[in-house]
Amino acid sequence: MPKLLLLFISSAVVNNFVLARFLGNCPFLGVSKEIKTSLGMGVATTFVMVMSGIVTWLLNHYILIPFELEYMQTIVFILTIATLVQFVEMVMKKNTPALHRALGIFLPLITTNCAVLGLAVMAVRENYSFIETVVFALGGGVGFSLALALMAGIREDMKEDLIPEAFRGPAIALITAGIMAMAFMGFTGILPS
Amino acid sequence: MAKRNLGHEFIKGLWEEHPNFVMLIGLCPTLAVSTTAMNGLAMGIATTFVIVMSNILISLLRKVIPDEVRLPSYIIVVATFVTIVDLALKAYFPDIYRLLGIFIPLIVVNCIVLGRAEAFASRNGVVASALDGLGMGVGFTWGLVLLSAIRELLAKGAIFGYTVFGEGFHPIQIFGQAPGAFIILGFLVALVNFLNINAKRKRELKKISDRTLAA
Repeated sequence: MPKLLLLFISSAVVNNFVLARFLGNCPFLGVSKEIKTSLGMGVATTFVMVMSGIVTWLLNHYILIPFELEYMQTIVFILTIATLVQFVEMVMKKNTPALHRALGIFLPLITTNCAVLGLAVMAVRENYSFIETVVFALGGGVGFSLALALMAGIREDMKEDLIPEAFRGPAIALITAGIMAMAFMGFTGILPS
Repeated sequence: MAKRNLGHEFIKGLWEEHPNFVMLIGLCPTLAVSTTAMNGLAMGIATTFVIVMSNILISLLRKVIPDEVRLPSYIIVVATFVTIVDLALKAYFPDIYRLLGIFIPLIVVNCIVLGRAEAFASRNGVVASALDGLGMGVGFTWGLVLLSAIRELLAKGAIFGYTVFGEGFHPIQIFGQAPGAFIILGFLVALVNFLNINAKRKRELKKISDRTLAA
């Protein structure tokens, strides 16, 4: 149990997907202008990450490995993720149309969010067990949402600030992300080495 | 006219629609593998191969693929070429393969590749699509090499592994780590913005002075 908790903390904050592993940076910069939409994006991505973590683990262990098809991993994983995203979009459109409108074009973009595929590939390379994969995915999703929401909060505050013209928009967001990454490096001490 | 347009398909990826600095896409590999100039170059070449090849194939298939299933089809095409790169690097360049790690399979989800397929290759001819892909790939590569050279220089005092600064240089570790990547990319984006804003102002000034002269 402590091992799983450590894995969760590691994937959520210490090795934060966005700020330490550089995964999922496109939505991190693209959807972080308002806290509300960023939270929606975070929840949708976390859900897709956990689901795809589960499905890719099962596919890998019960189909790819027994048939020695490991070289097909990239193709199989990305197709699984694309299907899942389509499914989430359909559910969202039906049940929460307002959120669906707000997330707009970014929802299909979860497919190309490298945090999702990265998670599936990393879980395979690290040889995680089923339960470890689920915890790892959940931690990754929470970490992604956390970074996204923090960034959105900072950017909402910055809206009124006087920023040099050339730095407006993505440039200042990147530098902010750098400073956030520095702060997140402080969490390294939590984990026993 | 047609010839000039083809040239433009190539050129636009180098500056005007530069994937990293202007369009702000494909940032994850840019930030992650830009620790040394050599890594940046290897990643740039691998990605360029995937963009060009998938642009060509998608352009060839654009009349065959039904509109409703186009995205999954593009993903399969891209994933196929990524698998080729993955296997080839593993076999011939194991060192590079180890350094780039999971970012090789992640070329599949590099927004540049799918973005070019959807925005360009799906509605243009083969030659134009190949040039568009090449331009974007070369643009991505020079952005990546520039960023990684700056980071390598600051964090290790070297470029492409060759020491630039002598004994007295104190390496600034932070630029080799995550925060440094974000901060330097931020400054590069700002620099490109600055140059573009200035160029635009100059063009407008020239237009006004031309008009006054004509009058």
